[in-house]
Amino acid sequence: MTQMALVIDLNVCVGCHACVTSCKEWNTSGSAGYLADDRPYDEDPTGTFFNRVQTFEVGEFPNSETVHFPKSCLHCEDPPCVPVCPTGASYKRKEDGIVLVDYDKCIGCKYCAWACPYGVREIDEHRKEMTKCTLCVDRIYNEALPPSDRRPACVMACPTSARLFGDVHDPDSDVATAIRERGGYQLMPEWGSMPANHYLPRRKTEITIHQDELVRADNPLEIDRKKPQPGRQEPALDDATSW
Amino acid sequence: MRPAFSVVFLTTLIGAGQGLFLALYCAELAGALQLISMPDGKIFFAVGSLISLVLSGLGLGASFLHLGHPERAWRAAAMWRTSWLSREVIVLPAFMALVALYGIGHYLNWSVTLAVGAAATVVCLALFACTGMIYACIKFLQEWASPLTLVNYLLLGCASGFTLAAAFAAFAADNLLKAYAIGALGLTLLGLLTRSASLVRNSRIKPRSSLQTAIGIRHPRIQQKSQGFMGGSFNTREFFHGRSRTFLRSVKWLFLAFAFAVPLILLVSGILITSAALLCAAFVVQYAGLIAERWFFFAQANHPQNLYYQAIS
Repeated sequence: MTQMALVIDLNVCVGCHACVTSCKEWNTSGSAGYLADDRPYDEDPTGTFFNRVQTFEVGEFPNSETVHFPKSCLHCEDPPCVPVCPTGASYKRKEDGIVLVDYDKCIGCKYCAWACPYGVREIDEHRKEMTKCTLCVDRIYNEALPPSDRRPACVMACPTSARLFGDVHDPDSDVATAIRERGGYQLMPEWGSMPANHYLPRRKTEITIHQDELVRADNPLEIDRKKPQPGRQEPALDDATSW
Repeated sequence: MRPAFSVVFLTTLIGAGQGLFLALYCAELAGALQLISMPDGKIFFAVGSLISLVLSGLGLGASFLHLGHPERAWRAAAMWRTSWLSREVIVLPAFMALVALYGIGHYLNWSVTLAVGAAATVVCLALFACTGMIYACIKFLQEWASPLTLVNYLLLGCASGFTLAAAFAAFAADNLLKAYAIGALGLTLLGLLTRSASLVRNSRIKPRSSLQTAIGIRHPRIQQKSQGFMGGSFNTREFFHGRSRTFLRSVKWLFLAFAFAVPLILLVSGILITSAALLCAAFVVQYAGLIAERWFFFAQANHPQNLYYQAIS
């Protein structure tokens, strides 16, 4: 079974909101209709967004870290928002596991938003329909786009490649490898919704130096063999260097 | 959660309508079993059913105000296999149809009213279950996810229905007045007991979600610095009542007084001096109290998504 999802690397997210704006740009221009955007430059702006970047301070200054935390629909494997929908407008696709809203069936009762512990569904105040992240379902299979562009808008926009996109059920995919090897985790595991989106934790930054970087491979002296080259373990003249 | 008045009125109105119907059917059953002398049935039952129907209809109307697309409401019957809301959408009109049939049956002196009433009673109880389960089935809204939610919807609906029945009996069937008022008294007391139990339970809830599980960082001290936007959004409006703690506490005492204490006093004095005015007042006061109760029920539920919206910037 395929389960498309995002894997978000909190270690490299810089909180630039490029994913937020590119998401809004793509999704407000789609065939489903625009997303509300009221008083964008005035007092008390409001509107519909599928994606937000929030900022948290972990620890106490000076021993603190600033964590930028992008949040969008997690496309749960057992989505609590789907069974509660009275009309069947909210559904999870069998073929790729994306949770979608059939806008034409939505009656705008907001029950699914109540039933989502993550608060990632937003009613559009103008369209009066429930809206949410579609994983850019109108991009990722879109044959009008070049294959390299068939990725969600937020993934395309991320300048630090903090957002990976792929099939988390395919053990060989980039996203599954990242989850496996870099400690990918789910949000609020206590409710058993099994979000498909994963987050990669902060890591210690370390410099890795390989053996061949310690010895200058193209040392001309070594090439010319002008000087006797003692073995690396043997004592040299000043007992301090090897070529 | 932010209490939606459409839902507050829906649940309180149909609750009273259902309770009134159950009161009517109890009288018919008791009459059939010859526990009481039957009142002049025809008008009493027909008008009673009509009042129950009007209350349920008003509730149904209020529910439409909750929808963004009321013209698509018919679709809501589709997912009855999984959704309690969908089940309610089916059961409420079914209940109204059966109550209408029950009233017409009495008016036209049909002999099958007892059977129609039995069917309506089953559907009525199913409707209480659906209404309660809509809220009780959301497991992370811990204030709601309890059998007490169901019990409260049942008992508070029945209590207001029986109080209304007592007031109605004062005009239409004097001999039932005392029985109804005593029934209302008992149900109100029982409702007070279970609602207090849920208040105590809710005051002791430990939220299972925390900022740590919400963003998946295991550190005792995490502070939100920005929610990602300066203005408001659906997330900041829909999931918080926007009132102070003091206001919330005042509403709690208000509903404890108006849904339970004052109606209890009015019912007792109504029984003692057989006053229609007192019984009518009891219903009006209790219904107002239940509106406050339902407002509080919604406002008290703390949605875990609020963890993500604790600081604007």
